Amino acid sequence: MRLRQGQFSFLPDLTDDDIHAQAQYAIDKGWAVSVEYTDDPHPRNTYWEMWGHPMFDNRDAAAVVFEVNECRKEHGGKYIRVIAFDSSAGWESIRMSFIAGRPAEEPGFRVVRQEGEGRSIRYTIESYAVRAPEGRRYA
Amino acid sequence: MTETPQTDTEPAPAEHPERPSTVDLAAAFEGSGVREVLAELDATMIGLAPVKARIRETAALLLVDKARRQMGLATETPTLHMSFTGNPGTGKTTVALKMADLLHRLGYVRKGHLVTVTRDDLVGQYIGHTAPKTKEVLKKAMGGVLFIDEAYYLYRPENERDYGQEAIEILLQVMENNRDDLVVILAGYAGRMDRFFESNPGFRSRIAHHIEFPDYSDDELLQISQIMLGAQNYAFDEGARATMADYIAARRHQPHFANARSIRNALDRARLRQANRLFNEAKGPLGTEALSTITEADLRASRVFRGGLDADRRMRQAAE
Repeated sequence: MRLRQGQFSFLPDLTDDDIHAQAQYAIDKGWAVSVEYTDDPHPRNTYWEMWGHPMFDNRDAAAVVFEVNECRKEHGGKYIRVIAFDSSAGWESIRMSFIAGRPAEEPGFRVVRQEGEGRSIRYTIESYAVRAPEGRRYA
Repeated sequence: MTETPQTDTEPAPAEHPERPSTVDLAAAFEGSGVREVLAELDATMIGLAPVKARIRETAALLLVDKARRQMGLATETPTLHMSFTGNPGTGKTTVALKMADLLHRLGYVRKGHLVTVTRDDLVGQYIGHTAPKTKEVLKKAMGGVLFIDEAYYLYRPENERDYGQEAIEILLQVMENNRDDLVVILAGYAGRMDRFFESNPGFRSRIAHHIEFPDYSDDELLQISQIMLGAQNYAFDEGARATMADYIAARRHQPHFANARSIRNALDRARLRQANRLFNEAKGPLGTEALSTITEADLRASRVFRGGLDADRRMRQAAE
């Protein structure tokens, strides 16, 4: 099951040129672009591992593509995303986020049912991937 | 170069609209804004005739290359890395700024900013510190020009565990693989740069343009001093100009002479003395004339006319 998170996730995978164009848009807006990766695709997993620092004073998106490729070398089998942080007052938050790399095989999610008091049932989802310990998923 | 309008021999429209069959170099020259950069270079930089000629040649080459690429004749990005060699104060950094602007206008770098670094910005202090530091700088320079001042300090043959070598390896790798993304300019004194290139043949082969900056002549330095003063709304009076000429001739033969930079420092000190003189002598309101004139006395007080810095003079006397 293909993970749909962030922008452009219903499009085919972005090429390096696409990533360059999107990152350049963010840089031109004055947002700090950074690269993150994770092997836990749960939609509520907000904080991914940072790949290097946010690039606050880079003026060209070539650096972003460079870092994405560096990250792919190290964490090729995991999810990699590019995010753009807007530090201006009132926002102080992520303005863009899109997936720039994903595992070859994505096993998807299962529904977990928890029986509560009476006949109530609580539902949640869990990725099949996280059944393996961290670092050994998507091997 | 002047505009040459196309007359009745207008070319027939090409089959591929994106691939023209003829190219109007004059129009490309006008359209790219290269003319303004070259004109600015001529107007603001005194002397440096060989440097200007080389930049003109480089601009022509790049313009032709761009046209060739539009017509599908060339596909490779030309190697644009350069080395600027010359004595201190000969305008290497200023020309690098202009070069960045030029490359930007020609479309060879996307942003056209100049990142100036020295050894300290590239080389770390402990193991594992150098690579991230160098990469950080390279990333900052992407889309622009990376200017490495006194590049020969990167290589320290006397210390085989020096981290400079690591920075050099990363630099070479990025210079080769990311040729579309950044242009590297190495700068430094001629002799030491030659030795640096000898011991790092990888650099020499990756640098296509070696530009040498000659020393300024006395006349040129005098002109430069007047321009520098003019930019700060000061001026020499007649006596001061002659004294400045004497000053330049004397300063040149003293140690630590750094061409235009020495002149700038001399003028800063002259302004200091002028302010001091006005403060001590003025007995009434001063006009703009008095406030903006450097006189002979302001320059004559310089130690250069007494044989240089005390320490240097003592050293010379001891040598004799």
